[in-house]
Amino acid sequence: MNGIHDMGGLHGFGRVEVEANEPVFHTRWEARVFGMVQSLPGGNIDAGRHSLERLDPVAYLRNGYYGRWLAAMERSLIAFGVVTEDDIRARMRGRRRRSKAIRPVRNESSTAWQREPVASYARQVDRPPLFRGGQAVRTRNHQPAGHTRLPAYARCRRGTIVSVHPAMVYPDDHAHGRGENPQYLYTVRFDGRELWGGSAEPSTVVHLDLFEPYLEPA
Amino acid sequence: MSGHDHDEDAIALRVEALESLLAEKGLVDPAAVDEVIRHYEEDVGPMNGARVVARAWLDPAYKARLLADGTAAVAELGYAGREGAHVRVVENQPGVHNVVVCSLCSCYPWSLLGLPPSWYKSPAYRSRVVREPRAVLAEMGLDLSPSVEIRVWDSSAEVRYLVLPERPPGTDGLSEEELAALVSRDAMIGVARG
Repeated sequence: MNGIHDMGGLHGFGRVEVEANEPVFHTRWEARVFGMVQSLPGGNIDAGRHSLERLDPVAYLRNGYYGRWLAAMERSLIAFGVVTEDDIRARMRGRRRRSKAIRPVRNESSTAWQREPVASYARQVDRPPLFRGGQAVRTRNHQPAGHTRLPAYARCRRGTIVSVHPAMVYPDDHAHGRGENPQYLYTVRFDGRELWGGSAEPSTVVHLDLFEPYLEPA
Repeated sequence: MSGHDHDEDAIALRVEALESLLAEKGLVDPAAVDEVIRHYEEDVGPMNGARVVARAWLDPAYKARLLADGTAAVAELGYAGREGAHVRVVENQPGVHNVVVCSLCSCYPWSLLGLPPSWYKSPAYRSRVVREPRAVLAEMGLDLSPSVEIRVWDSSAEVRYLVLPERPPGTDGLSEEELAALVSRDAMIGVARG
């Protein structure tokens, strides 16, 4: 979707502000949100990313990273009927009356969360890749209203395939419950001038990992 | 951020309410949430990536495996985990500098570097480093000669990128541990040299 999340190349955001000695989490609530999202069952990374993209654009910018996670998690929980806004508000009123809520006690030997084996996104498909290393390709004018991983700045641009990866879960379908529909993935190199025209810095290239349906022969 | 203003208090209360509702429904175990937080605060972080880099500096055969198949080579050292299912290591060389971003969200090699710093997730970094990497790196303290090619890796799928910095001169004879201590997180993202 053409949304505020698709930030590559936008102007106007100013300097990159670096915080010295930054902690992993700035507040306890950020840590709890992160921990809840990681431990909730039934995660689908593509649907999760898409729910972030669908936040109101003003909220997307204002909420910050974990604020976005919180808003997207709430949206999914409410959409699936797990909780309602009224439940949350009622529970907040109940909590506020107690002076300080009791914090869960950390159990150092907890085995409540196990690191899962890493799930590969690669899938076997019974067709060969359409493109090969070194081949010139052009990105399609692909701009679905739903989820995609082709950034706007790289649409309709000429590039060169530098790596051919296995087929992987296709986010454009997987985010929308249309199955994994695995597609070959390619690392594609674009010259800065192809992407940014006369404003490109000299001697810069950008690589993107792009799925086969985003590409056509150049 | 003060962390104590009104909005922050309201958000904290809301998160607490949500966690207690989800715990009641059996969807979230607060002890599991504790464990996730502990894992990402203590077990994973730039020290993992630094060990990979130090090993590659010391062992040419490991370096060759790392550049050919990053996923398998980091798994040799036990670094597999979320946001690390497919790893590609890109090597800085004289005349070539690599830098990593995710312009669409904030993809980052968690299993090697831990969770990303705020600047990596900021609209300024995400929007600018693809368009003007030279200017962004200079602002962040890394002035590269115009003759150095800058290769930006925008993590748009499930491949996660780690930069292999050049080994600093004068480090002959250092142990893997001593070398790892020289490798910064920012160098492995590509916004610093060492």
